Amino acid sequence: MGGTLNMVGYGLAAIGPGIGIGLIFAAYISGTARQPEMQSRLQPIAILGFALAEALAIIGIALAFVLKP
Amino acid sequence: MTHVSVDGMVGIAAGNGFQAPGPADFEFPDIFNGNQVLLAKSSLLLVLGAIVVAAFFLITTRRLRIVPSKPQYFSEEAYSFVRNGIAQDIIGGRDYMRFVPLLTTMFFFILVNNLFGLVPFLQFAPFSRAGFAYALAGMVWVVYNGVGIARHGFFPYLKLQTVPAGVPAWILPLLVPLEFLSNLIIRPITLSLRLFANMFAGHLLLTLFATGGAYLLFHATGSFLVKPAGILSFILGILVGFLELIVSVLQAYVFTLLTATYIQGSLAAEH
Repeated sequence: MGGTLNMVGYGLAAIGPGIGIGLIFAAYISGTARQPEMQSRLQPIAILGFALAEALAIIGIALAFVLKP
Repeated sequence: MTHVSVDGMVGIAAGNGFQAPGPADFEFPDIFNGNQVLLAKSSLLLVLGAIVVAAFFLITTRRLRIVPSKPQYFSEEAYSFVRNGIAQDIIGGRDYMRFVPLLTTMFFFILVNNLFGLVPFLQFAPFSRAGFAYALAGMVWVVYNGVGIARHGFFPYLKLQTVPAGVPAWILPLLVPLEFLSNLIIRPITLSLRLFANMFAGHLLLTLFATGGAYLLFHATGSFLVKPAGILSFILGILVGFLELIVSVLQAYVFTLLTATYIQGSLAAEH
């Protein structure tokens, strides 16, 4: 079974966005728990932050496939 | 799962062990066997997606009643989800109604196309080919820049996008190129890559578990642990299928939400 070291690098690169997405949803959950009526206001903001943090992981996976050793 | 099982069988029949699925699995041959006609399974699915969305909304809203029938109720709910949940919340003001058709079409077009990845016999999400996602993001780029230029004029719009308000002057030489890069060049790239890479990674994961499970179950020899591992791989594949369902809906939502955010950003007076 073959493979490149790129994928290991991608795994390492995904740690950062992983932590970021965790923090975003932690804040969203605790915000909703404290003030449930704000849930509909917080949801787009949380999803937006999630999408922006995820962009880093996405660029990582694109580069992992594109860059050849 | 037609092409998946075919790929798996090809790899095994060649007698060189298991071949992990890769980007090559996403390339379909031309139907008319020439490069001039851009007809392949992926582009035909895209057309089918457009037809499904158009037919759904045309049929369910053909005879509108004050007390809606079930299909009419369903399509009204779907429409008002985008209108109130995305367009009104993000763009707001008096402007948002102009963009509701674009956003609604975009949301359901992406949603239906992503769900094709889970429909038996279709089994392919067109947006796991980068080119289609680039086209969609290019359209969004033209829309939000065009709207901003029409609202503010060319140079004021450029100033709006690149010069943040309330920043000391000495840091502007550093900030203006960065803002220009991130607001006008990186945006469409991340927008398209996000959609593409999510669908790509999901489909690759499904393919890996399906072909890997088949290989472990029927072809691999050696340890007695091989067959249980194959069964485990199939179970994980099914679970990843459900994950894909969530990701499909979420990516359609995120794409539409970001489009609305970009439009709002270029319509805003100051930021």
